[in-house]
Amino acid sequence: MQESKNNIPLPEGTINRKTYTMNLGPTHPATHGVFQNILEMDGERIVNAVPTVGYIHRAFEKIAEHRPFYQITTLTDRLNYCSSPINNMGWHLTMEKLIQVEIPKRVEYMRVIVMELSRIADHLVCNSVIGVDTGALTGFVYVFEFRELIYEIFEEICGSRLTTNMGRIGGFERNFSDAAWNKLDNFIKIFPKAMREFETLLTRNKIFMDRTIDAGAITAERAINYGFTGPNLRATGVDYDVRTSFPYSGYEDFNFEIPVGKTGDTYDRYLVRNAEIWQSLSIIEQALEKIASLDPTIFHADVPDFYLPEKADVYTKMEALIYHFKIVMGETDIPKGEVYSAVEGGNGELGFYLISDGGRTPYRLHFRRPCFIYYQAFPEMVKGAMLSDAVVTMSSLNLIAGELDG
Amino acid sequence: MTNEFIQEKLSKAFGEEIFDYVQHYDVFTFTADKELNLKILTFLKEDAELNFAFLNDLTAIHYPENSGKELAVVYLLQNMQERKRIRLKVFTNIAKPDVYTASALFSTANWLEREAYDFYGVNFVGHPNLIRIMNVDEMDYFPMRKEYPLEDQSRIDKDDEMFGRKNMSIYAGEQK
Repeated sequence: MQESKNNIPLPEGTINRKTYTMNLGPTHPATHGVFQNILEMDGERIVNAVPTVGYIHRAFEKIAEHRPFYQITTLTDRLNYCSSPINNMGWHLTMEKLIQVEIPKRVEYMRVIVMELSRIADHLVCNSVIGVDTGALTGFVYVFEFRELIYEIFEEICGSRLTTNMGRIGGFERNFSDAAWNKLDNFIKIFPKAMREFETLLTRNKIFMDRTIDAGAITAERAINYGFTGPNLRATGVDYDVRTSFPYSGYEDFNFEIPVGKTGDTYDRYLVRNAEIWQSLSIIEQALEKIASLDPTIFHADVPDFYLPEKADVYTKMEALIYHFKIVMGETDIPKGEVYSAVEGGNGELGFYLISDGGRTPYRLHFRRPCFIYYQAFPEMVKGAMLSDAVVTMSSLNLIAGELDG
Repeated sequence: MTNEFIQEKLSKAFGEEIFDYVQHYDVFTFTADKELNLKILTFLKEDAELNFAFLNDLTAIHYPENSGKELAVVYLLQNMQERKRIRLKVFTNIAKPDVYTASALFSTANWLEREAYDFYGVNFVGHPNLIRIMNVDEMDYFPMRKEYPLEDQSRIDKDDEMFGRKNMSIYAGEQK
């Protein structure tokens, strides 16, 4: 050993080094998305982690500067693609804040229904994937059936499933069909039973608890310093939720609780998400009750300058034709201003910082992507932990590569 | 917490150094000299009454016409208890875009500043790891600046082999 030290010019510290470097990702099955972690390992313990992001960066902020406002919805789809409708609605709300239009109550409640459905879908994916990473595939396969039912509702509403491009500035492109309402009723009728079964499968499961309790814990103070939002922040015990702190889309009319955790570990994140699913269900039920008493023909606000008229009207009515032309050709006056509007996305506060200079496209549009902001805490959360803890920590953070890279 | 209260506290502490107080929709916005950004952020964070301890967002903006102050760095701060958001802007010259880093104050700022550097070239002085985060390391320009247009969608000078299109007959006519 001594001899080789003298003869071969190795970098300093190499021979006595006890740690080794390991790549987790970019296409590791446990990363659930394209991002890389370069881990420095001491045996099975993590000494340091260096996350690398940007593998699927698509320059949405740059593209948005070259697109008319109504075409940006499709970009937001591809941020957190597990809950696209929330992103869509967030963008419409931003635009509506800029042009200051009042949205009818029924449209707001329809949006709430759609957003809460997406939240359920998003949380189901995340929580069942924690199960997968701890070795329980059953829950994952089981709840995906119900995520599928949610996607079928989306399909009835807007025609697509994953990247929904749902709604327009001012409301929805069309009213919910009867089939959509029926599927929704069916979903809230059969889902609670499945959800209870899912909880029975994991929540008090000894193996699951042993794997997740104390894994990837973070204190409330550090979480706030790291800009955590959403279920990850609430798991640390901070009851910050955009829906109640800065209400939008009529959330102030609903009665719901903000579930919080205590320790901020993987198990608490899991519990908070489960509790939120129940709250979302209750919000949907309340919204259905409220909608029942409202005029069923209203599905958009009266903003002819921004909301595309019915196609039949464009062919037969002069006024509709003029508005259609103005919107499509970019002749509408856009107010100047700076808007920040945020919605409670599947994994945190999804913000849109829009600067308009009166032009046809945004002067600047910045997406506050919750994933991107809290993922930087990952090294701190896994330092000293086992490799298997890092994997469950990662899946419980609900990292979505599309949102991470923007 | 009212805007007047915030403005009063800030002008008492910093006087004329903070200016352009304006309400942009629901966010109270003000501008400051870039040399003072850390002092102001620390004050906002640590003052017991203001308590803006949550850095919600940080980003940069490019105003090519704003000569001498082309780049803006925007901090969106939040007081969670009072449910209040405020925005601080600092402007910097694009020829020497040095702004002090807030990453020691807010861990959030670490990656957000790397992103602002990556896309706008804001040089955050004192940042622990100011390297590109989204783009490739070899990139030698800052793509979100206004002088860079989007790629022409119909360009044909790309190396098609890289995109697996070499042998596709519909592209054959376009190759040299």
